[in-house]
Amino acid sequence: MAIEPVDDAQSQAEKAPPLAPDISDKVKRPKWGKVKSAGAAQSPLLGAAMFAPAVLYLLAILGGPFILAVIYAFSDIRIGSTEMHWVGLENFRSILQSPSFRTSIENSFIFTFCSQVIVIIGSTILAVALEKKFRGRGIFRFLILLPWVAPISLGAIGWKWILDSLYSVINWVLVAVHLFKPYEAPMWLGEPHLAMASVILVQSWRLLPFATVIMLAGLTAIPKEIPEAAAIDGAGFWRTLFEINIPMMLPIINVAVLFGIIFTFTDMTVVYILTAGGPFDSTQVLPSYAYFTGILGSDLAAGAAVSLFLVPLLVIIAWLMLRTAHRAEVV
Amino acid sequence: MAVVQTRNLTKVFKQGEIGAVNDVNLETREGEFLVFLGPSGSGKTTLLRMIAGLETPTAGEILIGGRVVNDLAPRERRIAMVFQSYALYPHLSVYKNIAFPLKAQKVPKDAHKVKVEWAASLLGIRDLLQRKPRELSGGERQRVALARAIVREPSVFLLDEPLSNLDAKLRASAREELERFHRRINTTTIYVTHDQIEAMAMGDRIVVLHKGYVRQIGAPTEVYDDPADTFVATFLGSPPMNLIPDTDVIVGFRPEHFRVASAVTDTDKIPLKFQVENVEYLGAEWILSGALVGGRFNGKKAVSRLLFGQEFEIGKTYDFAVPERRLKFFDPVTEKKTAARKLAWQ
Repeated sequence: MAIEPVDDAQSQAEKAPPLAPDISDKVKRPKWGKVKSAGAAQSPLLGAAMFAPAVLYLLAILGGPFILAVIYAFSDIRIGSTEMHWVGLENFRSILQSPSFRTSIENSFIFTFCSQVIVIIGSTILAVALEKKFRGRGIFRFLILLPWVAPISLGAIGWKWILDSLYSVINWVLVAVHLFKPYEAPMWLGEPHLAMASVILVQSWRLLPFATVIMLAGLTAIPKEIPEAAAIDGAGFWRTLFEINIPMMLPIINVAVLFGIIFTFTDMTVVYILTAGGPFDSTQVLPSYAYFTGILGSDLAAGAAVSLFLVPLLVIIAWLMLRTAHRAEVV
Repeated sequence: MAVVQTRNLTKVFKQGEIGAVNDVNLETREGEFLVFLGPSGSGKTTLLRMIAGLETPTAGEILIGGRVVNDLAPRERRIAMVFQSYALYPHLSVYKNIAFPLKAQKVPKDAHKVKVEWAASLLGIRDLLQRKPRELSGGERQRVALARAIVREPSVFLLDEPLSNLDAKLRASAREELERFHRRINTTTIYVTHDQIEAMAMGDRIVVLHKGYVRQIGAPTEVYDDPADTFVATFLGSPPMNLIPDTDVIVGFRPEHFRVASAVTDTDKIPLKFQVENVEYLGAEWILSGALVGGRFNGKKAVSRLLFGQEFEIGKTYDFAVPERRLKFFDPVTEKKTAARKLAWQ
């Protein structure tokens, strides 16, 4: 026989050097640094220590103010007062009777709902457009992203001028093309319905880039062959969009919507800068109403009570978000 | 049913670069199973995607059923395609996946059920209609993809490496199933693969592609027994053809024709001395590699493939031979096949 594999293998094994010299006893390692598969489980203290900064941060920034708000909401505290008394549900009773409060709740929902609809439709269109390759796509994507990276207050102040009653460029154009006579052009921030439309549009403008980026990520995550298969199967642009791409993007659209709702429902920047809630509370939303009552009106207790009304809605959204995230993992 | 033709079809992705597909002329036959075979980067998938309408040709024409389809969208070409990844719609049930082409082509809704069930029973997946693609095994997904392809009775089938995602065992049975399937529906089919065994087993004809050029078109026996150039000679066959370079010619012979002299019954045989350097036992066969000894080919490497190899010892020299009619000759410059000639072997 030419080959005797058994003998060969044995002699090979005897001659073979160990894979790597074992120097583990010569290397000094700090005791707690010995990383085993269980990791930090060996030293619960270390785990807690590393986790603590995050917990402390959250407690200081979110937990503390939240507990304070709850306490204040049941008291008669005012800015500048040195004492505070328990008043039970008195604050809530008086808020619920206030027409301004009811308007703010209504406006909050209109403001959030309308801007989200605009943002989702707009960002889907933009994402589909920006996914295609074309000359200058990079610059275009950058420009789309600008409203998101620029400070909100700067953008909002820019819009305040664009929509100004005297210096509005929009009105200037409308007059120039003879759609309106001078001094009869719309008062964008001065008429209730127009003011609401204006803050909704500016808020949408602000959120659009973020939603577009999320949608674009969702769209590019769809394997290229799937729309191709749809094209061969006979689907045109619209059918591919509505029956293939959008359903496949649904989980990510959910994320975009939930983020958008949180950003819009809890935010007052745009309203505060553009209209300060006016005219006649027509653009007043919950956060701005809480601010005007609690800080500017120095009725801290009432302001805290108003802001507590945000909590139930945010809890529902947080629950939905966790559920979506969980489902996304399962798939 | 239809015939697919390409005329000087070329695809250049970046201007100034070498084309992915260069000047390809081919024509399928009615109902034929045509295989595009080549290593990765040979342009076989690009060629298929141009026929499907997913890629725009840089130059040349594509004809389906005698009509130039260059400017037609994929959906207007009456083709069906099965992708390597199957590209099933993950959010739709198997039933809706198969029904999608019918819906997209506005087949009346009451016809859907009959059609889908026909396609599903043809592929034996009637029990899976309510499942989602992620609940299916690889083999089941492949069948769903095939069912989705046949449901609207296309005139041409395009298959892009549909077996490459299956494990080795399943691949063999899926291959056989595909062959039966093609025999039954008898639609012109173009099949892309890098696997020579698939190509040999399934193809009525094979188009061998390399670097975007067609190297040879022919029946499996033609491409294997009579390769047009050294690329085809070495790409097909495992182990590949022995190529022995000489001064003005390359001589080729298949390992299975390079055998012990006493076993070669042909009268016109070339005797060669063969020193064995390695022996591999592969179950059904033995692969011997080594070098030729003595004569003008002294030291040239060669491989032999035998049914019995027990008696060979490494390092020893044996009397081997090749039947003269099995020799192939290639031009060392163009690497193309040239006329047979007499050689002084000693």
